[in-house]
Amino acid sequence: MITESDIEHIAELADIGISKDEVPEFARQFNAILEYFSTIESVEGEGAPAAGAANAFREDEPRPCLPQEAVLANAGSTENGYIKAPRVM
Amino acid sequence: MAGTLNFSPDDSYNAFITTCAEAPFGDGALAGIAVAIKDNLSTAGIQTTCASRILAGYIPPYDAHVVELLRGAGAAIVGKTNMDEFGMGSTTGTSAFGPTKNPIDPERVPGGSSGGSAAAVAAGLVPMALGSDAGGAIRCPAAFCGIVGFKPTPSRVSRYGLIAHTSSLEEIGPMARTVGDVSRLLSVIARYDPRDSTMVDRPYDHEPSADIKGLKVGIPAEYFGEGVDERIAEQVRTAVGVLEDLGADLVPVSIPGMRYALPAYSIICMSEASSNLARYDGVRYGPAVDTKKSWHEAYQDLRGEYFGVEARRRILLGTLTLSAGYAGRYYAKALAARRNIARDFERAFSDLDIIAGPTMPTVAFRPGEVTDPLALYRLDALTVPASLAGIPAISVPCGRVDNLPVGLQLMGRRFEDERVIDAAFAYEQEVRA
Repeated sequence: MITESDIEHIAELADIGISKDEVPEFARQFNAILEYFSTIESVEGEGAPAAGAANAFREDEPRPCLPQEAVLANAGSTENGYIKAPRVM
Repeated sequence: MAGTLNFSPDDSYNAFITTCAEAPFGDGALAGIAVAIKDNLSTAGIQTTCASRILAGYIPPYDAHVVELLRGAGAAIVGKTNMDEFGMGSTTGTSAFGPTKNPIDPERVPGGSSGGSAAAVAAGLVPMALGSDAGGAIRCPAAFCGIVGFKPTPSRVSRYGLIAHTSSLEEIGPMARTVGDVSRLLSVIARYDPRDSTMVDRPYDHEPSADIKGLKVGIPAEYFGEGVDERIAEQVRTAVGVLEDLGADLVPVSIPGMRYALPAYSIICMSEASSNLARYDGVRYGPAVDTKKSWHEAYQDLRGEYFGVEARRRILLGTLTLSAGYAGRYYAKALAARRNIARDFERAFSDLDIIAGPTMPTVAFRPGEVTDPLALYRLDALTVPASLAGIPAISVPCGRVDNLPVGLQLMGRRFEDERVIDAAFAYEQEVRA
């Protein structure tokens, strides 16, 4: 059973802002969806990677990359060739 | 014969997010042909949004591999098509740029998530388009709009430059009005690219052949049962009868693991999406994050404001299914279910060449007719099994119910994309003749 405080906790983990009015609706929907997901609890066996998936290795050699201006072009906030992010502390 | 194609369509169905009024083209196999590109494929210098406000204004600095190949083949990239936000939906109704209408009946949804590509082709605005398909996102809109859409075997088309949503399932594929054009477009895009580490060097070079004598076609009971509109089942049985008349042998088959396909698909898809979409933080691209706020507060506010409700719902569900206490119950079981379904198909294909069924359990519906998230997820019931099994699958038009298009879905063995194309081509040639 997913409670409204579970929804708020998951939203914190996912860094997704949700409004107070959305919480009860999400809780109701999530309980219905998880009940549906639970049908797979009876599935037997172990998981496996996607069909045909395998590790692919390559030599660790430098390759061409985008110029700095191209990398910075879409950033909302830059300074001296760096991208600015919110403060961590 | 290089030049510029003028492209200013009357886009009354809202098929495009961005159009290129003057699209350059070159020489090659697709010289001067207008091709529309789903808006989750990176196009250098052309806005690419995934139909999300969180990417509005993003101009990719590079082309996806498939876009490079199209340009190299002379195609004119005429625009970026509408889709469900980040591919999260089957109606193209979750787009931040408004819904796309179905050209067959504008009162109805075009399907999704590649609904803009399907509508652009069905409306005759372009002869061909690229879509992407994780659980049916090419096949569903192809069926609803009455065109052909193909999801190739994973690892045959490079996903370099495809903006990630559900990495273990999503493939890029061609959409067009005929199987011949789908095949033509596939020959351009199915080329090896080491930048997608999941690729196998199996280029597609194939001329469709309508000779299907002796082809063994499996008919799974699960595709014609509960939840499938009886009139659609009947229409598809008739279509399969056409294959039989052309010399195919029909064989009943069962895919028992299919009952777990939908929940397994939803869990894998949402789990991967929650991880992939963590990158949208307004720092490197997208609307600028407020750098005055603290780390979590800034991201929560930005992501709450710019993601649509379905994107937020799926990120939250995916975070939940990957979190402590839930990952074993849901995510691990979903992976096991995927392996079981893949084995069911493998077993069936030990004695079969093709498996046939309907693409969608319903015809195109009106927006608002299906709104509950769970009911919407269930629409993918017949398309997700091929995705989980990692096999090629095509949807080809096979008549109408209520005057709305029905799709015949043909699935094949891994790397037998050519055979799937041939079976679809044989059907198409016969019913058009």
